[in-house]
Amino acid sequence: MRLCGCVGACTAFFMYKSRMDQTPLLQMQGISKSFPGVQALKDIDLTVYPGEILALVGENGAGKSTLMKILNGVYSADEGAITWQGQPVAIHSPHDAQALGISMIHQELALIPYLDAGKNIYLGREPQGAIPGTVHWRKLYQQAQADLAELDLKLNVRTPVRFFSIAQQQMIEVAKALSIDARLIVMDEPTSSLTDREVDTLFSRMRSLRERGVSIVFISHRLEEVRAICDRVTVLRDGILVGTHPVAEVTTEDIIRMMVGREVGQMYERRNRAATDGVVLEVRNLSRGDRVRDVSFALRRGEILGVAGLVGAGRTELAETIFGAHPATGGEILLEGEPVHIRRPQQAIRSGIGFVPEDRKRQGLFLGMSVAANVVMAILRRLTRPVLIRWPRVEAITRESIQRLDIRTPSQAQRVRNLSGGNQQKVVIAKWLTLDPRVLILDEPTRGIDVGAKAEIYRLMHQLAERGVGIIMISSELPEVLGVSDRILVMHEGRLAGEFDARTATQNDLMNAATGTTLNKGMNPA
Amino acid sequence: MTPSTTLSWQVTLGNVLRRTAVLLFLIALGLYFSSESEQFLTERNLTNIAQQNAHVIIVTIGMTLTMLVGGIDLSVGSVAALGGAVSAGLIVREGLPIEAAVILTLAMGFGIGLTNGALVVFGKLPPFVATLSMMGVARGLTLLYTNGKPISGMGEAYTRWGRDRLSVPVVGDVPLPVIVALAVVLLALLLLTRTRFGLHIYAVGGHQETSRLAGVPVSRVQLLTYGISGMLAALAGMLLAARLYSAQPQMGVGLELDAIASSVLGGVSLFGGVGNVPGAVIGGLLIGVLGNGMNLLRVASYQQQMIQGIVLVVAVTVDMYTKRLERR
Ligand SMILES: Nc1ncnc2c1ncn2[C@@H]1O[C@H](COP(=O)(O)OP(=O)(O)OP(=O)(O)O)[C@@H](O)[C@H]1O
Ligand SMILES: [Mg+2]
Repeated sequence: MRLCGCVGACTAFFMYKSRMDQTPLLQMQGISKSFPGVQALKDIDLTVYPGEILALVGENGAGKSTLMKILNGVYSADEGAITWQGQPVAIHSPHDAQALGISMIHQELALIPYLDAGKNIYLGREPQGAIPGTVHWRKLYQQAQADLAELDLKLNVRTPVRFFSIAQQQMIEVAKALSIDARLIVMDEPTSSLTDREVDTLFSRMRSLRERGVSIVFISHRLEEVRAICDRVTVLRDGILVGTHPVAEVTTEDIIRMMVGREVGQMYERRNRAATDGVVLEVRNLSRGDRVRDVSFALRRGEILGVAGLVGAGRTELAETIFGAHPATGGEILLEGEPVHIRRPQQAIRSGIGFVPEDRKRQGLFLGMSVAANVVMAILRRLTRPVLIRWPRVEAITRESIQRLDIRTPSQAQRVRNLSGGNQQKVVIAKWLTLDPRVLILDEPTRGIDVGAKAEIYRLMHQLAERGVGIIMISSELPEVLGVSDRILVMHEGRLAGEFDARTATQNDLMNAATGTTLNKGMNPA
Repeated sequence: MTPSTTLSWQVTLGNVLRRTAVLLFLIALGLYFSSESEQFLTERNLTNIAQQNAHVIIVTIGMTLTMLVGGIDLSVGSVAALGGAVSAGLIVREGLPIEAAVILTLAMGFGIGLTNGALVVFGKLPPFVATLSMMGVARGLTLLYTNGKPISGMGEAYTRWGRDRLSVPVVGDVPLPVIVALAVVLLALLLLTRTRFGLHIYAVGGHQETSRLAGVPVSRVQLLTYGISGMLAALAGMLLAARLYSAQPQMGVGLELDAIASSVLGGVSLFGGVGNVPGAVIGGLLIGVLGNGMNLLRVASYQQQMIQGIVLVVAVTVDMYTKRLERR
């Protein structure tokens, strides 16, 4: 087994060496791009060889997505040149990029909610029917079915994609990008909303593509993924190229240092202080249809309670029910021992419960509004002296939030739409912090967030817990759940399937509970 | 991955209800009118309804297309009037043969539609504003061209398209305008369900940016859709002029509202990307049947407008409610 791995690694290394001698598939040279108030990219060089997986990493707002959007013809560069297989090319639209053989998975989900999976996958390149201009539907659906099957997905290709979970939608996007017969596939954070199992499937597909000579640019904030699958890594920081190295020659710490420009301390600082104070939130036999079934637990003041489970286990639904986004069908909720009636988010907010939702773009933010407006949205009532908004207060609060969470934005007036993904997430968290909540529920709080910011968010959670806030953190990243929480609940098919002390639990414990292995037929642990 | 969530959407009660709600409404309305009035369910009356609403259905199809692509076309009523006037003028004043007049008029309608599209696509105007302006401009042009007076004398070859009947085996005699409307409906159905262009209309209406990223020619799709709507409006105007024996400058006032109401009743979303042709046709028929039935029951015209408004609210509310059921 071990020998095998070594041989594999060696062959990979030599294959990789030989690839380096080839002419590059793609060269981007001297790329610069600025947006109003932001120099997003400055003189960036990027080279991709045939049959390699290049990691592109950097903090939130470093310019990764912008660089790749330039390659894909979504933005045009202010300066710089692109060479494709030795020829200078001009890429003015995604269409041009596709014609060259470049396909891209965008960071934001790029599916049309009302169209079905098959149509989404083949949109823009529908197979032609007998008459020009018509679509060969049968062929389209057959191909789409095959594309999904290659990713081990058993989804109905005729179901509108809005009925699928985010993870499923993400995999449909992957299928869409892979179905284009591309020479280069850009994947902008494809794994941020996937669980381990789906990531594994994706990686094995990526490996087989690499063997066929297809190149991949892979963007991720999970550096262990970069280690696992990439050949070289290019690091950006604040729109500037820090360097490109073979992954085998740098450590993860090296990469982090290049990204952040400084040492980042221990990722997960274990807190010694156990939460002993009284119970702040108690949930008794809470149910919502068949999504949340008979869930009971208590959250103490200053405690960080992790909630693990597979996608679809009912974790988000549990959070939404507590928050009143979807009324419970049974059970009760007690705050500080008092039963509360929460049927609308407003009531939850008034009782001091904050909720950072999983899908920040759709549920957490007003994308078209300014950073300031988003930050103060939850406390607007407090900032309106009789009727008019007190802008100086708004500005002061926003300034403080920007500082406290280190939100990278050119100004308070910047529209949130234009911030990088990680900074958008910080804005959502900032909004709830202004409320001074008693209970804060965070659903996948570090999805799509860089290491530096992640550490900051953990630190923030600790600070809040220190101040006595009860925190519920839903997360699919087991190391995160184990590293950050005091206590962990695991959900399986809407029910609580286990409770663990974070200091003693292992990833395997959580996984077994999450898959229901302890109850069902025996499954081989990895 | 849970397959249950992916399969269940097709068979939920909500979904079935949603697809047939307006149809059930239409049938219920028909039953009510036939119980209240002997004349309602006669062949003569039903043919009448079809004949009098053929132009509404045609305009509704164009409206549905622009709404699907995420826009709206408020100019259809005025363009219909202009189409009627120009075609009549070309025949009566310029002495053109009817075929040439019709083709030129359709081309003009298409051109006006393209202009709407260009204002939206290149001028970045909201569709509501662009087509509202066009509504004024086209009405003004109509008044200018006709000097505010009806144009008549187009001849039998023209006016027969307003009311003559063609005997179709099995069905019986069908008015020509109804045949034209059916042809338009059929073509639109094929366009939306069979062609790449049709899929692109849904895609652009569903999410413009995503469509662009997928390589859909977004601008062209929008332009063409508005073009088609303009052309269908001109066609509807000619049928209307033919039925009235003359092109009236005030024809088609408020037609856009009927078309929007029909589309919305038929389940077409005002936000784009959702809806279909059969629904829109049923919506159009519902409005036609309602008007006809109320006439038979001698409901005063101002009450008619009120009732129409209420029906619209009720039907759309039911529609939204069933849509929510469909969710889960
Ligand atoms: N359309 C835009 N308008 C204005 N500024 C923009 C726009 N798009 C990106 N920016 C800015 O450009 C910079 C780079 O953003 P980009 O999205 O490329 O970052 P990123 O490296 O992909 O970050 P993340 O890891 O969070 O996705 C950021 O400062 C961002 O605010
Ligand atoms: Mg990005």
